[in-house]
Amino acid sequence: MAEIVSLGEAIAATVHDGDTVAMEGFTHLIPHAAGHEVIRQRRRDLTLVRMTPDIIYDQMIGAGCASKLVFSWAGNPGVGSLHRFRDAFEHAWPTKLEIEEHSHAGMANRYAAGASGLPFALMRGYRGTSLASQTVGVAEVTCPFTGEILTAVAALRPDVAVIHAQRADRLGNVQYWGITGVQKECVLAAARSVITVEEIVDVLDPRPGAVVLPSWAISYVAAAPGGAHPSYALGYSVRDNDFYLAWDAVSRDRTAFTAWLDKYVYGAGDAPFPDSYLDPGDRVAP
Amino acid sequence: MTYTPDEMMTVAAARALRDGMTCFVGIGLPSEAANLARATHAPNLVLIYESGTIGARPGALPLSIGDGILAETAESVVSVPEIFNYWLQPGRIDVGFLGAAQLDKLNNINTTVIGPDYCVPRVRLPGAGGTPEIAAACREVIVVLRHSLRAFVEQVDFVTSVGFGEGPGSRERLGLAGAGPRRIITDLGVLQPDPDTCEFVLTGIYPGTSIADVAGKTGWDLQISADLRVLPPPSEFELAALRGLLAGTVR
Repeated sequence: MAEIVSLGEAIAATVHDGDTVAMEGFTHLIPHAAGHEVIRQRRRDLTLVRMTPDIIYDQMIGAGCASKLVFSWAGNPGVGSLHRFRDAFEHAWPTKLEIEEHSHAGMANRYAAGASGLPFALMRGYRGTSLASQTVGVAEVTCPFTGEILTAVAALRPDVAVIHAQRADRLGNVQYWGITGVQKECVLAAARSVITVEEIVDVLDPRPGAVVLPSWAISYVAAAPGGAHPSYALGYSVRDNDFYLAWDAVSRDRTAFTAWLDKYVYGAGDAPFPDSYLDPGDRVAP
Repeated sequence: MTYTPDEMMTVAAARALRDGMTCFVGIGLPSEAANLARATHAPNLVLIYESGTIGARPGALPLSIGDGILAETAESVVSVPEIFNYWLQPGRIDVGFLGAAQLDKLNNINTTVIGPDYCVPRVRLPGAGGTPEIAAACREVIVVLRHSLRAFVEQVDFVTSVGFGEGPGSRERLGLAGAGPRRIITDLGVLQPDPDTCEFVLTGIYPGTSIADVAGKTGWDLQISADLRVLPPPSEFELAALRGLLAGTVR
C-alpha cells in the first residue's frame, strides 16, 4: 500500500545519491515540485531518465544533481535549447554530464519492457540512423517466425519513478487524465515510486479516459498542489507558456540561474511553490 | 496584398495536405501549416501529435505538442507507447509533417549534433524525439524548413532520421515501411525527389524568387526540374487565416 507522506519525506525515503531516477510527464503533469525537492535535498550523482528533459531536468542538472542523462529530446518545447543541459554537457558546469540518447519510440518501448518484466522490447526503429551506433541498449534481432530483422531495445528499470497526478484518495489510489504520456509504464518499471498530486480526496469519481494506479502498486503519495508548474494539470491549471519563454533568458546565464535557484528552490523551504512564484508579475525574475 | 517569405512557405506547406488525410504533426512550422490547412481547404485533416492526441482541433496554435488545447479538442487521447506502437509503427498514417535543423540531398535529417564529432559537437541540438519513426513509418513525409547553407548540406553530420538513406533501394533494404520524403518546402521554393536518383531537385519557386536565390542557399549542386513551376502566391483568404492563427498562439 502507498504511504501518504509529505513531499520531503517521500523524496528522502526513495531518492539516494547514485540512483537512477525517472521523472515523467509528457509536457503535461511534469513533477516540478518533486524535482525542486530533490535539488533541496542536494542529491548527487543521479542518472536522470526522461523522454523530454525540458525545464525540470535543466534545473536539476544546473543544480548539480546529475552525472548522466538518458533521454530522447532535450529542448525547451517551442522555445529552443536547454542551456543548463548544454552547459553541463559541453563545459562540465557545474559538473560533468554523460549522455545516452534514444528516439521517443525507443524510450517508450524501453519503459514498456521494464513494466512488462521483459529484458527488452521489440520495435521497428533506429535502422539506418547514426543513433543506432552511438547509443547503447539497441540491437538487431531476427524474427523467429518471418526472418525479418527488427530492433530490440533494452528495458529501463529505474530505481525510482516520480510522476505528478491530479488526485489520490486517502488509501493512496491515484487517478490522472488528459495527456497520460508514459507515466504508467514508468511507475511499473521502477523499483520505487513517488506520486505527487494536486489534491487528496475522499473518493475518486470515475472519469472518462482516466488512468487509475492502485495504491498497492505505488510506494509513496504526497500532496503538492500546483506541483506541475510551469507544466500543468488538466482541470486544475493551464500550461504557463510565458514561463517556458522566460526560462530561456534565466537559464542562459549561470549567475541568473543560480540566483533563481536560490530564491525559488533553496529559499522556498517546505512550501514548493510560494505565492510569489505563481504571481504572474514575479514568476521568473530573480 | 504583401506577404513575407515565411508566410509563403507556410501556405505552400498547407496546400500540400489534402482534406481527410491523417497527418502526424511536428511542432513549430509543420504545426502552423497543418493548422492552416485545417482552417482553409482541409477541414477534415486528422492531426496526430506525438503526445498521444488523435484528431486534435485546436482553435489556437499550441506552443508545445502537449498543450491542454490538444487534449481537450482531440477525438481520442492515448498513451505515448500506444501512439508510437499502435498508430504510427504499422504504417496507418498518411503523412509525416516534419521540421529539420539540417538535411542533405537525399533528405536524411539531422536534429542531433552539428559538427563531425558526436561526443564534442559544435552545436548540440535537442535530438531525435519522434522523428526517426515518423520518417520511417508514415506513408509519405513532407519537410518544412527555412532555406540556408547551414541547413541544406551535401552530407548531414548525423543521420537522426532516414530519408532515402544512401540512395535508391536503401529504404527497402532497411525495412522502412513508408515511401519516404515526397517534398521539402522552404521559404524560397519546393524540392521533390528525382524518381531515378532520389536526389531532391527544385520543382517549384515562388513569385519573386529566382533559381539563383535557391541554388545560392543550397549546399549541394542543386538540379532544376525540367517542369519547374512558379507557384501561386497566397490568396487573401489563406493569408488572413494564417495571420489569425498566429495572432492566437496559446500563451
